[in-house]
Amino acid sequence: MNTSVRALLIALSCAVAVGCAKKEVRPEPPAPEPPPPPVQPQTQPAGDNWTDVALLGSKPCLVARTAYFDYDASNVRSEAQEMIRCHAKWLQNNPGARMTLEGNADERGSREYNLGLGERRGNAVRDLLLANGASSAQINVVSYGEERPVCTMSDDSCWSKNRRTEIVYTVKQ
Amino acid sequence: MQIGKRIHWLSWLLLLAMTLATTAQAQLVVDIPDGRPSAIPITVVPFAWESAGFPDSTDLAEVISNDLTRSGQFRGLPRNDIFERPSRGAQINFANYRQLKQDYVVVGRVQDGPDNTYRIEFELHGVLKQDEQLALAISGRPGDLRASAHQIADLIYEKILGVRGAFFTRIAYITAKRQTDNPEYAIWVADSDGFNPQRIVWNSQPFISPAWSPDGRYLAYVSFEHGGQSIYMHEVSTGSRRRLTSFKGINGAPAFSPDGRQMALTLSKDGNPDIYVMDIASSRLTRLTNHYSIDTEPTWMPNGQEILFTSDRAGKPQIYRVPASGGNTARVTSVGDYNTRANVSFDGRKIAMVQGNKNVYRIAVLDRERSDTGTVRVITSGPLDESPSFAPNASMVLYAAREGNRGVLYAASADGLVKQKLTFGEGDVREPAWGPFRPR
Repeated sequence: MNTSVRALLIALSCAVAVGCAKKEVRPEPPAPEPPPPPVQPQTQPAGDNWTDVALLGSKPCLVARTAYFDYDASNVRSEAQEMIRCHAKWLQNNPGARMTLEGNADERGSREYNLGLGERRGNAVRDLLLANGASSAQINVVSYGEERPVCTMSDDSCWSKNRRTEIVYTVKQ
Repeated sequence: MQIGKRIHWLSWLLLLAMTLATTAQAQLVVDIPDGRPSAIPITVVPFAWESAGFPDSTDLAEVISNDLTRSGQFRGLPRNDIFERPSRGAQINFANYRQLKQDYVVVGRVQDGPDNTYRIEFELHGVLKQDEQLALAISGRPGDLRASAHQIADLIYEKILGVRGAFFTRIAYITAKRQTDNPEYAIWVADSDGFNPQRIVWNSQPFISPAWSPDGRYLAYVSFEHGGQSIYMHEVSTGSRRRLTSFKGINGAPAFSPDGRQMALTLSKDGNPDIYVMDIASSRLTRLTNHYSIDTEPTWMPNGQEILFTSDRAGKPQIYRVPASGGNTARVTSVGDYNTRANVSFDGRKIAMVQGNKNVYRIAVLDRERSDTGTVRVITSGPLDESPSFAPNASMVLYAAREGNRGVLYAASADGLVKQKLTFGEGDVREPAWGPFRPR
């Protein structure tokens, strides 16, 4: 009996601990982005079917959906360009596909100016998509400014994660 | 016998009232550092309760004393140092207050008025000359005692300083509870000291940029409830609201004109954020800026002729001005890499803004009283201060700060020498907007 009570107590305290830990982690979005994938070779290996919707969930450069930016800047960094070209190719091969680009800023400075910065970052990704074959009807840009951080500590590591544009497919094909 | 019983009963009520008062205080953390040496010492003696009704939980003298102290212009004598309880001028022993180095003494009493009203009589006395400077009565309904106390503080402030007090005013602010299963963003309206908070509107999506109409009837704000942003105009007392804009792209930074008929705002429907003015009655839009940079955060000069705004057209964000009817823009700020979110004092002489460098963002006040280009004074210490908002008499500035992981509001004297933290419940508090004077 003693043992079972103790087991129950341990189970309970675990549940509590997990509950607490979960709460701490809550600010992260439900589907955190994986780290930027290795750069893909320019030429796609034969056999990639760019209309197979499974590719969106398996091909690393299509699985990646986030471009990060420098402080107060909106130029797309070189490491994100291949990923964006990949999505441009998907849009080109799937004229019915639609996406929203969600531009974001870190918390520093004023909220409305950051709304402008977020839009600029969304537009920067849009322009690169368009330059690589996507059509403007496929892309919608929304800025969330500093209102949707994925990380809420006031330090450089969080700020760099929050300065981003997220690609969200509204229609995949 | 019966009188004794009644007194016993009353003392219980008094105890209950004091407990309630303590509970009410808990929502506001008073945090006043040393302040400034020139602050005027004033004693607000606890008011006598001479009403037949149950004593109210409101400590009038404390509300008045806290108001005056928070302004930075006064230093209220702490309650523990007040050792006698005169309620009329004739009962004041001025020698005691001279010894305590007090300049002024306020006494008062609460009495019954007609038709379930109360009547507060109060007197302001100068200690040096032992002269009565104010003797007035304020009436109100039960539940209005805090409002009456703020009005009394306003009258004392005006009598001594010659400037209308701004304690009987309201503030709006935004709260965010994000780290829960049900995130909630809300816009609140509270008294100028943070009491009596009322939730005006709430949603699972963010609100930003609350702005008062000049008559205090409406709040304009930006809502994300439809995915992108929409600008709403919301009647505070009824909750009825009207959507002013919901264009593609940014709909942001609403600001009522001083006559309340127009709304300056930011729209990016034509490609990038520019400043527009909407005629509220007709919804007709006039475009004021047309530049590929970010133009945002319009705010009106008090004469209604000019609009200040933030633009990064020169590379970094700075404050610019443009005629409200359109025309040439001119740069206003010249010092620093980052100046945004201007807020203008009622007389147009002071411009509060967020001044930043890479990691430290503080509130600065550009004072144009002494010279054309003005002098800039940084009044807060950062590191992440934002959203400055002048009191309607420009004596104080409300602003948002971050402490740890949390947003809090501060009220600072306009020179920054006195700061008081206003703490409201849980969650992030942000974007304070100080409302206009209310009719007396």
